Amino acid sequence: MSGTDWPLWEVFVRSRRGLSHTHAGSLHAPDAAMALRNARDLYTRRSEGVSVWVVPSQQITASSPDEKDPFFEPAADKPYRHPTFYEVPEGVRNL
Amino acid sequence: MTRPDPAPRPGAPAAPGTRPGAATWPDSPLLALADDALVLSHRLGEWAGHAPVLEEELALANIALDLLGQARALYSELGDEDELAYLRTERAFRNCQLVEQPNGDFARTVIRQFFFSAYQELLYGQLAELGHPLATKAVKETEYHRDHAEHWTLRLGDGTEESHARAQQAVDALWRYTGELFQPLEGPEPVGAVDWTALREGWTERITATLGAATLTVPETPQRGAWTAGAGRQGLHTESFGRMLAEMQHLHRSHPGASW
Repeated sequence: MSGTDWPLWEVFVRSRRGLSHTHAGSLHAPDAAMALRNARDLYTRRSEGVSVWVVPSQQITASSPDEKDPFFEPAADKPYRHPTFYEVPEGVRNL
Repeated sequence: MTRPDPAPRPGAPAAPGTRPGAATWPDSPLLALADDALVLSHRLGEWAGHAPVLEEELALANIALDLLGQARALYSELGDEDELAYLRTERAFRNCQLVEQPNGDFARTVIRQFFFSAYQELLYGQLAELGHPLATKAVKETEYHRDHAEHWTLRLGDGTEESHARAQQAVDALWRYTGELFQPLEGPEPVGAVDWTALREGWTERITATLGAATLTVPETPQRGAWTAGAGRQGLHTESFGRMLAEMQHLHRSHPGASW
């Protein structure tokens, strides 16, 4: 495939009203309008979504794998930060 | 020595003066709409494995599957869908000649799609208002097909010198097949009640606006050739259609009733 000339886009799909957009994957497209259409065809054809975002992959600043330890390890031994001290009321979904 | 009349074999030449299959196939204007959808679906399917990029390949396949679904729904209204799709000969197909035109380059496929989807969107829109259940559902699909083709038309027409030239070539080459789209399909409602003049006006307006925005020229040549005047709707097709049909039908004809 010769699509390497086209920029890469990250696709975020919201599956239902009330949920947040979730990263679904990526694709190549010449511009934003086409990226949105390609995203529709690639990631929502089995009715996965009600809303789609596309973001140029270049615009995403990611944490570096080398900094993984200082970034994430300090939180690992602090289970008291998890809100485990209350009960989830019945009937609350998506929590 | 006299022999009893043999039962006519399938595929045997019909008696002189009768058109093969003329009596057995339904005479409904819906057949023309179903054939449009099936034939264009097959043409788009030919891009599988050949499209310029993976993303576009899926888009074309998606459109093809939408069209196939429309064709199946319409055929089921008329009879047995497999028989209608696979056992009719070329002359029994009522699709317009536009949809059977070979894929050509990507620009040719895009312009063909734009011409047809703009037509289908308006036609199904009218049929939906007249209360046809399939059209009500399918009009949203056709809207997306038109939108997709329109975006590509703009990008190819107003793109590079090369893409512009190819898009203009496609417009010029396919223009002669567009007049047939507006030849009224006779028959019962809802198709019989379609306002073809309004359809033509709406189509021309949309095509003119988009081609203009895409820096493409609307041809001034006639919208029909001397021998193409509404011919597809009467079962007269262009040369490449026979080959397409042979490829589409050969499996079913070689292995009748095969399933997996």
